[in-house]
Amino acid sequence: MTRFTLRIACLVTCLMGATMARAEIDIQKVESPGGLKAWLVEEPSIPFVSLELRFRGGASLDLPGKRGATNLMVGLLEEGAADMDARGFAEATEALAARFDYDASDDAVSISASFLTENRDEAVALLRASLVEPVFDAASLERVRAQVVSGIRSDLVDPDEIVGAAFDAMVFPNHPYGTPYEGTLESVASLTRADIVAAHQGVLARDRVYIAAAGDISAEELGALMDALLGDLPETGLPQPADIEVETAGGVTVVPFETPQSVAIFGHRGLERHHPDFFAAFVMNTIFGGGGFEARLMEEVREKRGLTYGVYSYLVPKDHAALYMGRVASANNRIAEAVEVIRDEWARMSEQGVTQEELDAAKTYLTGAYPLRFDGNGPIARILVGMQMDDLEPDYVTTRNAMVEAVTLEDIRRVASEVMRPDALHFVVVGQPDGLATSVSQ
Amino acid sequence: MLRLAATAALACLAALPLAADSAGDGSQGAHDAVTTFELDNGMEIVVIEDHRAPAVVHMVWYRAGSADEPRGTSGVAHFLEHLLFKGTETLAPGEFSEVVAANGGRDNAFTSFDYTGYFQRVAADRLGLMMQMEADRMVNLQLDEADILTEREVIIEERNQRVENDPGALFREQRRAAQYLNHPYGTPIIGWRHEMETLDLEDALAFYELHYAPNNAILIVAGDADPDEVYKLAKEHYGPIPANPAVGPRDRVDEPVHLAERRLMMRDPRVAQPYVLRTYLAPERDPGAQEKAAALTLLAEVLGGGQTSVLTQKLQFEQQKAVYTSAFYSGTSLDDTSFGLVIVPAEGVSLEEGEALMDATVAQFIEDGVDPGQLERIKFQIRAQQIYARDNADRLARRYGAALTAGLTVEDVQAWPEILQAVTPEEIIEAARDVFDRRKAVTGYLMGPETEVTQ
Repeated sequence: MTRFTLRIACLVTCLMGATMARAEIDIQKVESPGGLKAWLVEEPSIPFVSLELRFRGGASLDLPGKRGATNLMVGLLEEGAADMDARGFAEATEALAARFDYDASDDAVSISASFLTENRDEAVALLRASLVEPVFDAASLERVRAQVVSGIRSDLVDPDEIVGAAFDAMVFPNHPYGTPYEGTLESVASLTRADIVAAHQGVLARDRVYIAAAGDISAEELGALMDALLGDLPETGLPQPADIEVETAGGVTVVPFETPQSVAIFGHRGLERHHPDFFAAFVMNTIFGGGGFEARLMEEVREKRGLTYGVYSYLVPKDHAALYMGRVASANNRIAEAVEVIRDEWARMSEQGVTQEELDAAKTYLTGAYPLRFDGNGPIARILVGMQMDDLEPDYVTTRNAMVEAVTLEDIRRVASEVMRPDALHFVVVGQPDGLATSVSQ
Repeated sequence: MLRLAATAALACLAALPLAADSAGDGSQGAHDAVTTFELDNGMEIVVIEDHRAPAVVHMVWYRAGSADEPRGTSGVAHFLEHLLFKGTETLAPGEFSEVVAANGGRDNAFTSFDYTGYFQRVAADRLGLMMQMEADRMVNLQLDEADILTEREVIIEERNQRVENDPGALFREQRRAAQYLNHPYGTPIIGWRHEMETLDLEDALAFYELHYAPNNAILIVAGDADPDEVYKLAKEHYGPIPANPAVGPRDRVDEPVHLAERRLMMRDPRVAQPYVLRTYLAPERDPGAQEKAAALTLLAEVLGGGQTSVLTQKLQFEQQKAVYTSAFYSGTSLDDTSFGLVIVPAEGVSLEEGEALMDATVAQFIEDGVDPGQLERIKFQIRAQQIYARDNADRLARRYGAALTAGLTVEDVQAWPEILQAVTPEEIIEAARDVFDRRKAVTGYLMGPETEVTQ
């Protein structure tokens, strides 16, 4: 068992002078007797633990013709396990006041658990039963299938879901990312118990699990916990899907839908997480369309013109593809103007980069905000498991701000001209937009 | 596991479209490290200590929300919330948020029926700067006509996004308007569109000048803060602002006696999954008298709070007539609130049948009484919640803010977990008998387009 003691220190430059804000966080690397690995932040002041598990692959491991199997399987994990039926499992969870959350997404199955110190062993035994010995009985299968089908039907008439699905279908042809992980009405209707069992065997395997914990637990205790929890899962599962290169042509795709406000998703290829320019692109995006009021897109589309309530851009480094994308929503008679402003800003960034003043402000924000993220057992466990999924080391928490600081004006100019590609920027618009029609520019 | 956004309640609106924790009816208690003060000008101060990370959240809550708006200006409380990010005599438009960001922080604001709140999350040593800026915009706001026009477009787009594009949200708005015959809770927080379109500078400033004053505000600081230091800083920054003598008691109009059940039928082509939503007018938590609200809180848990709740067990598991059911109640409110029931019928089950099944299940529950094992589990979860809640100082701060602006005291907030623990099965049944009065109820059917039946 190795132990790293790390310290996050960040320099916050204030209008009134410079001071130091420090968050101390000790990340321990833990290896169980059975060979499972985890990261841990021990925080004994509140008597509970937050545990995060990620199984890489997630819904992208659905077998051909079985779209939605992983999602439905995950929905069934808490619907009966070992000798408990769905009610018995729920009663046992409630009686321990444990919180288990099971979720499927494109790149992972995520399990978030919190449990009290006073009944930790019972809670872990219960969580284990759901992961290792789910029952998948017929009644539960039909009940949860009906819930999934209801959700899919609603998604088909929800502009936010329609636009996301249309964009994914465009950029990820012939890849699991290109279709909703919930599956289609047809595929979900055809799933059998055997399909669910196969998804369970293929997705929840030890060779792809990432584990992090934060809270009232020691490294030794966590080691034993991991073996008890996951030791009986299969060693290996389904192969991961292939990578896909994103290719877009500049232009607009309109998906007609009767609703007063058009919703648009736009984007093109992005940068993978380990690309040497990722940090420069990340800082650039903070200036361009990151979360705050002060980002360029918010300033130009919302603050100056009142065209939207929110407009954002984000780098999306998925496991097998990388996107740079954004979202905006404007009334049908104003969306065309919003699209035009975004296009202009895309080109301006690509050609001119950012100013020193913008870069300095983004750096102080990013470096100052980073330690504030570590605010509670749940958030810490989620950050730790995410770092492992991204193949980072624990010392990243101390080097990360230095990497932000190291980004230069010239880096951003170069990266902006490479990453921002106005000629490839494609908008998918759902609604009844005035003055926009499906088109591909040359 | 079903994600059913359709029935989620719209708790409050934010200046920026970020996901916010709702200020719910969770529990907190003796373990909170909570200290309170009051400044000479009447500003209340609540400090919630959590020294695990060097961060604080700084919040100012005004006892003024959409239910305090003059008639005909619906949405002005929320509009003003947006306008507070414009300039003051010393800060240029947008500069407030720029300064927060340049200090590594994030800021936002929110509006609900009973309150408007502003917050920043920053490194602990930035607290004084946040207070300086927040105190400044409490009284020195500078607005011009251009700000008003652009920002009005923004809130109309916000309404488009939250309400007009979502039939479930439109339906809830209609439901609420039918629930309240006289009280302003029947008017949406974001405003009716036709009134939003006419909001002007005068409306915004009138609301600002009446309500934004230290004697109508609560300062909440949560995180790595020393209470005495907070008091000192607050005295320095907020202390010099004089109280506004025009701030009066919040005497809102009362509901008349409800005599007639109301029923709504709404169709929208964007609805794929029809459902039935029923709400009843219900009492809220009152200072020193939270027992009824506690019984209703537990009633909602027993009926629809989870996988082993009565509606879920009977209708989803045993009879398999529903894909989703729920019961909800939020007692943190200045005036009468509502208790809700939802059923999303299974395929092949009509809304009428679903409604009848829901009613029959509730009637049978009142007949049978509360399952003692279920109640014991719920009470243990409430106790555990006091432990889990300590992990999130921001959320605790929100609970205090929502409670204090709903007329409750810090003592009420701290007594709440024990009051919940003391509720008996008989009190839950009595609460059910009292609240389920159809004369005070609105029953809504949300449906998709009418389908032609060919012979």
